[in-house]
Amino acid sequence: MHNDLHVSRSTRLSTVAMLLLAILLVVMAAAPWWAGRADLRLFGEIFLYLSLACLWNLLAGYAGLVSVGQQAYVGFGGYMLFALTMLAGLHPVVVLPIVLVLGALIAAPVAVLIFRLRGAYFAIGTWVIAEVFRLGFAQISALGGGSGSSLSVNVVRSLASGRDGREAVAYWLALGVAVLVTGLVFFYMRSRQGVALMAIRDNELAAKSLGIDIWRTKFLVYVVTGGLTSLVGALIFLQKLRISPDAAFSVNDWTAFVIFIVVIGGIGTLEGPIIGTIAFFVLRETLADYGTLYLIALGLVAIVIMLKAPKGLWGLVRGKHSIELFPLSLAVRNIRQEKN
Amino acid sequence: MDWINTIVQGTLLGGLYAMFAAGLSLIFGVMRLVNIAHGDLIVLAAYFALTASIMLGLNPLVASVLVVPLMALLGYGLQRLVLNRTMGEDLLPPLLVTFGLSVIIQNALLIGYTADPQKLQAGLIEQQSVTVGGISIGLFPLLVFVVAILVIAILQWLFYRTALGRAFRATSDRQDVAQLMGLNRAHIFGLAMALSLAVTGLAGVFLGIRTSFDPAVGGSRLIYGFEAVIIGGLGNLWGTLAGGVILGVAQTVGAKFHPGLQVLAGHIVFLVILALRPRGLFPRID
Repeated sequence: MHNDLHVSRSTRLSTVAMLLLAILLVVMAAAPWWAGRADLRLFGEIFLYLSLACLWNLLAGYAGLVSVGQQAYVGFGGYMLFALTMLAGLHPVVVLPIVLVLGALIAAPVAVLIFRLRGAYFAIGTWVIAEVFRLGFAQISALGGGSGSSLSVNVVRSLASGRDGREAVAYWLALGVAVLVTGLVFFYMRSRQGVALMAIRDNELAAKSLGIDIWRTKFLVYVVTGGLTSLVGALIFLQKLRISPDAAFSVNDWTAFVIFIVVIGGIGTLEGPIIGTIAFFVLRETLADYGTLYLIALGLVAIVIMLKAPKGLWGLVRGKHSIELFPLSLAVRNIRQEKN
Repeated sequence: MDWINTIVQGTLLGGLYAMFAAGLSLIFGVMRLVNIAHGDLIVLAAYFALTASIMLGLNPLVASVLVVPLMALLGYGLQRLVLNRTMGEDLLPPLLVTFGLSVIIQNALLIGYTADPQKLQAGLIEQQSVTVGGISIGLFPLLVFVVAILVIAILQWLFYRTALGRAFRATSDRQDVAQLMGLNRAHIFGLAMALSLAVTGLAGVFLGIRTSFDPAVGGSRLIYGFEAVIIGGLGNLWGTLAGGVILGVAQTVGAKFHPGLQVLAGHIVFLVILALRPRGLFPRID
């Protein structure tokens, strides 16, 4: 009898969802052949926002590190792309892994400093760091100072010959980083460290008494997130081809909207950022004609969701059942029952 | 002499920063709430003063008689209707809701007043100055500094010498016990936010007279206020004034080396103090 019981992560729903996701990925990878140029750019932007949302969700939703300063790494990554391609003469694709490492390297001392602040003060501390980055890069005249600079034609041409080719490469890089980030978060959350992270989030004292090194676990998450966010930043400005301190370190574009996405979708879940990103872009594309009003609407939606449905859209969908699209949690299942 | 002058001007600027910080420190002390929209509310107050001075022909300093109660009312309403629903162990709901509020205020101001920089005209007081020992001190910065000291003295008195202050401190220490003693937590929080935004209202009027402003400048005002609070030490109002002065001096000294370094110098001093004295220079002993 007890042989019928087994422990697994996957359910019928998650298997179907993963299959659909795989099909969707194949379709999206082929987008340069079936989508127009404008659509391709939009898809690229969606994947980059999805990556930022997944990373912020890992930081705030899983590690409890509510940062409002992730624009520091987006901007840093963007500027490193410009510096290493234009000043050091490297190929843009070669630059990407370097940006990842540099982002992580700069995140380490930042973490040592701002981990001294707790809770909400930690949040504003991260914003100060982002401001220091913004003001610092505005002083570097080789990168255009306060007015910024454009990616030189040679660098852009080195990406691929022809405009369609370049757009496709930029798109595939965006898709690739979204898959990389989502995959990393997924496998991290299934690992020992991921479980430790969730234990810390749920009860820091209990986690500590089980022997989890809280500081080290959070430090690791912050540094990895810093590196990956820098990589996403490099891709964002590879798509934009132009950078300036105000655009690169914008708190609204790279942090406020990302937080809204995660909260609207459902914080602390893998599905949340994906659903939130779709909701964000649907809202944006529908209300695009209203300009500023759309931002007010976005702020209102985020406030209402936080007050009325703090678990976000995904929380509403799954209600009291703890269904998951990603096979993440372990559960005991009865095979015989499922067969009948 | 030049350097003494720089330090004096920085000290006076610090008075303004201390006023940005006082409101922030107050609500954090009472209800552990960090208001991301704090800077945008300062800017909103400046626009209220602008509207009052244009429509009613008032001097903005006189208009503050209208702006301060209006902001206090707004604060009470905001706390009772919205922010009280977010209070709890989790810090994310208040953070997100005030973030949303910040985006809403910025964009509403953008629609109402456009992105053009505005300035409040307070008349003669802006040009007049007194000379002390060869250093010329502007009357207006001096007024701001004196008002900042008064505001902090009043808050200090309110906190430690009145029934309302006792209620604030009791709620801050143990919300549940304060509730059992017959205090209405929701009302106390409303009053704390009203008081915080009243100070913010005054700070907004001073900001608008001192420099030009536009809907996007709120974020950096929040950061200056925050830095003053941390430099001075959490929960210490006089420390907050000292923190504001240190930040102001750091900025004017930085600007003396290079105009682009003004704000950066302030941030760097903040980070250095955070690295060396993480509890601030004058932490409350308790």
